[in-house]
Amino acid sequence: MSLPSSEEIIDDLAFFDDWEQRYQYIIDLGKSLPAMQDEDKTEDRLVRGCQSSVWLKSQIQGEHLHFEVESDAIIVNGLLALVMAAYQDKTAKNILAFDIDGYFQALDLERHISPTRGNGLRAIVAKIRHLAEQQS
Amino acid sequence: MSLDLAALRAQFPILSRQIDGKPLVYLDNAATTQKPQAVIDALVSFYTECNANVHRGAHALADEATRRYEHARDTVANFIHANDRQEVIWTSGTTEAINIVANGMAQQLKAGDQVLVTEMEHHANLVTWQQACLRSGAELHIAPIYDNGELDLNAFATLVNEKTRFVSLPHVSNALGTVNPIKELTRMAKAVGALVLIDGAQGIAHGQVDVQDIGCDFYAFSGHKLFGPTGIGVLWGRQALLENWPVWQTGGEMIAKVTYECSTWGSLPNRLEAGTPNIAGAIGMAAAINWFMQLDVNAVQAHEQALIRSATEQAEAFAGLTIIGNASNKIGVLSFVLDGSHPADVGFILDRQGIAIRTGDHCAQPLMRRLGVPGTARASFSIYNSLDEVDALFSALKKAQSMLA
Repeated sequence: MSLPSSEEIIDDLAFFDDWEQRYQYIIDLGKSLPAMQDEDKTEDRLVRGCQSSVWLKSQIQGEHLHFEVESDAIIVNGLLALVMAAYQDKTAKNILAFDIDGYFQALDLERHISPTRGNGLRAIVAKIRHLAEQQS
Repeated sequence: MSLDLAALRAQFPILSRQIDGKPLVYLDNAATTQKPQAVIDALVSFYTECNANVHRGAHALADEATRRYEHARDTVANFIHANDRQEVIWTSGTTEAINIVANGMAQQLKAGDQVLVTEMEHHANLVTWQQACLRSGAELHIAPIYDNGELDLNAFATLVNEKTRFVSLPHVSNALGTVNPIKELTRMAKAVGALVLIDGAQGIAHGQVDVQDIGCDFYAFSGHKLFGPTGIGVLWGRQALLENWPVWQTGGEMIAKVTYECSTWGSLPNRLEAGTPNIAGAIGMAAAINWFMQLDVNAVQAHEQALIRSATEQAEAFAGLTIIGNASNKIGVLSFVLDGSHPADVGFILDRQGIAIRTGDHCAQPLMRRLGVPGTARASFSIYNSLDEVDALFSALKKAQSMLA
């Protein structure tokens, strides 16, 4: 299935009134995130957090950046799906212009992307933005 | 005398906090313990009434600060049954304490010497010795554990030999809760003439530590795992060893005479305490020890046993949960995985229910590899936790399990 857009996600999550539904939605998003090929999950693509790990493979397709991501934790996978909704197949300019912190705040999930969380998410966002900076 | 848990809990202001509208259930005590009002008051009192630098001031405040600070050293010395107050060296925590010893040993070890640690080390007691061995050419040996997280005593016995110069091992495993027979292990190591350090980070808060009775040469621990402040800890060592131990950091406080060409070192304890110490931290740590010592230690230990027993029983009855670490002598820690779920996911969903646990490798990556898990979820208990909180953990886990299914 194709992942929803960042606007759709903000709408969807606003619709739920309790945390269980919100987390269930994120878990389901995590399950629907396409899995990476095992041979692509190499050490140099791995961002190791002390709680969970994330792999990131990136490709430049013309003006757009294409990513494959996967975490060993399903909720982090769901959060990665939220990140992908913002960044996938966008131009470097769009990526750099996107307010990721504001986005996670709008989703009421900012504590998951805070630098204090050892889930690798912040590092992935930094890596993607760094790639975009190199392209622009 | 039994434990009045309600009165005990009331002394910890943070325990009345709510997280996302739910009462905080703090089960991350192996990472750090909460602080009773007595400790908070001691810190506030120091900074409001007598803040000054210690030892060198020629004024009343400096005298008072020095008195409180040095009295804190006496408190620690009494608490662990040191022979002398000079055997208590203030450090920033367990990690620095171990570094002082490992760094000193690195200067004395040579090729062919052996250092022995165990398979259940926290990185603080592994990386330190690994690096000391790499620098000195000594060999690092690892005493294996059984699958249940207990040390293999027979293997340990064969690994200590006449080449073993140093043995460093944990009192209690931070990741598994295993209580090691430190007295017996120390005796085996001393029998071949090795020096012994006990990493007491997890052992100190669970009862009576008597360094004379253990028979070890060094015992290292942190204030913050003993209801005290962060950034303060202790290296206890035998005076005869510490008197000549290679100095750790150099600078002020630790010298006797300084010229442009050379310096001579001061006497204990200052020679191992360069620079302005963590004065408030030391005073706060002593307040924590005084607070802890006025509790009925038997009642505290009985309560802690009741907590781990209840947690273990409920974990064993919980379908789809595997306990990681089933040592017969365990304290304070329930490490586990939910089958098919990543520990981080379990932690997320518990967190959302107000339950604070730790997930991950617990600074023990080789141990996790040995046990064949990417990490665990770890609930760790302290004396102020209630049996109701243990129950709350398991109902929250039920929810996590159904949501992650």
